[in-house]
Amino acid sequence: MSQLFFGYFAGMIAITSILVVALRNPVYSALSLLVMFFHVAGLFITLHAEFLAAVQIIVYAGAILVLYLFVVMILNVTQDDRYHSQWLIAGVVCIPLFIESILLLSGGAGALNTGSPSLQSEPHEAITANNTLAIGKTLFSTYLFPFEVASLVLLVAMIGAIVIAKRDIGEHDA
Amino acid sequence: MTEFGLRLAISLTQIAAVMGIVVITVLILTLAERKVLGWMQDRMGPMEVGPYGILQPVADAIKLFFKEDIIPAGANKFLFTTAPILCLIPSFIGFAVIPWGPNQTFEVGGITVRPFVISDINIGILYILAFASLGAYGIILGGWSSNSKYSLLGGLRSAAQIISYELNVGLSIVGVLILGGSLSLVTITDAQAGGFWHWYLFALPAPQIFAFVIYVISAVAETNRVPFDLPEAESELVAGFFTEYSGLRFAFFFLAEYANMVLVSCVAAALFLGGWNAPYPGTIMAFIGAPSLAWIENTMWFAVKTYSLLFLFFWLRATLPRLRYDQLMRFGWKVLLPIALGNIVVTAIAVFIYQQMK
Repeated sequence: MSQLFFGYFAGMIAITSILVVALRNPVYSALSLLVMFFHVAGLFITLHAEFLAAVQIIVYAGAILVLYLFVVMILNVTQDDRYHSQWLIAGVVCIPLFIESILLLSGGAGALNTGSPSLQSEPHEAITANNTLAIGKTLFSTYLFPFEVASLVLLVAMIGAIVIAKRDIGEHDA
Repeated sequence: MTEFGLRLAISLTQIAAVMGIVVITVLILTLAERKVLGWMQDRMGPMEVGPYGILQPVADAIKLFFKEDIIPAGANKFLFTTAPILCLIPSFIGFAVIPWGPNQTFEVGGITVRPFVISDINIGILYILAFASLGAYGIILGGWSSNSKYSLLGGLRSAAQIISYELNVGLSIVGVLILGGSLSLVTITDAQAGGFWHWYLFALPAPQIFAFVIYVISAVAETNRVPFDLPEAESELVAGFFTEYSGLRFAFFFLAEYANMVLVSCVAAALFLGGWNAPYPGTIMAFIGAPSLAWIENTMWFAVKTYSLLFLFFWLRATLPRLRYDQLMRFGWKVLLPIALGNIVVTAIAVFIYQQMK
């Protein structure tokens, strides 16, 4: 049963993420991204990470993607000017990635088998009981420093965005 | 598989019952709103259909059913059809975690049934926030796909407004979550038992009065109601994002708006006003020796609280003029947000000191 769910979610994630870049209408791209976020959240739920699933939908689907859609609608991008000739860069990036994935899939088969017990081990008892509590405790004890650094980086980015957005107004005032 | 079948049957029954109650509530609300507005403006409200106009909602529903369904030329047909559904589903799905009555269980064929909540998931309130935030998609896509400038402007305004005020809704709830120590609405409501001084609106060590006010204001803004109804401001945008909609599709938007009002009122009642708990300790039914009927009293209290909050929506509509767009944004970001953040800090410190003293 769980295999079936995983297959469905993984398959839909793969299909919709291809559609995000393949569809010609940017609004449809944004919508297939929305469907993808939902399936990622579904994947989190099958792993007993309900908190992450909810946060995934609130942050990505509820806030970030709405802003994307907002921009797409205001700009009203036509289909012609979306494709610049970037085939060269795309090729340079994609060929190494493709080779890497081939190497991983062929040579990593043995490594995957040895690695699977740790990935598929039974979920921790505390995590299944109340994973919000578990995440909170881990975040504010073991990973306190990375958490604080991440929040500092976000704060800097936020202030930076405000400074850039308000630059014109400041010049007019001065 | 029979156990699974029974579970499914019970869940479907619960879902049908809740949907039925919500739809009936919406029907009552459409009439109540016009009547209340009428009385507040010294009018009678609708009087033609049935005695005192009480069959008006039925007449409205039939009218909407039989209206011609128009898709404007140049509209994106697929999104134009999907948008009302995208708007309707999030507003109904949140009711799954609302506790309507006491946290009782009984056994049916070896399965434990909780009659007053469809599903008590441990992230209850986050689940509601997650789906509430998706309502914006229906509105902006409806506005964009109509191929009309009024609709587009209404949709964009609504997206900006919902994102801004959703933040305040989320932050105003945090104080309650600190006090309750849980995200499950059932646990939070249970913790508020024993008289109105235990409700989180008044509870020591940190009464959430400011948080409640912020929640109610932001909830009014999130449901696009007066005085925050800029997405459908009829004096400047005809009807906002659903200008081009007619018939059943329009009815879907209408239903979604009212279902959202019911949902935010239910959440406010459950988080701040003690949910189904009576404002006195225990229940009268238990006092006069019929504790098995206490659930009637409790669900009635929940209904009273929800309907009082819904009355507040009508009251605001009859009283306040619409805000200007820049006033709306400034109020949300520069007034409500700092108060909500301050409330979190104060609540956290108060709870910490309270726990140390114990």
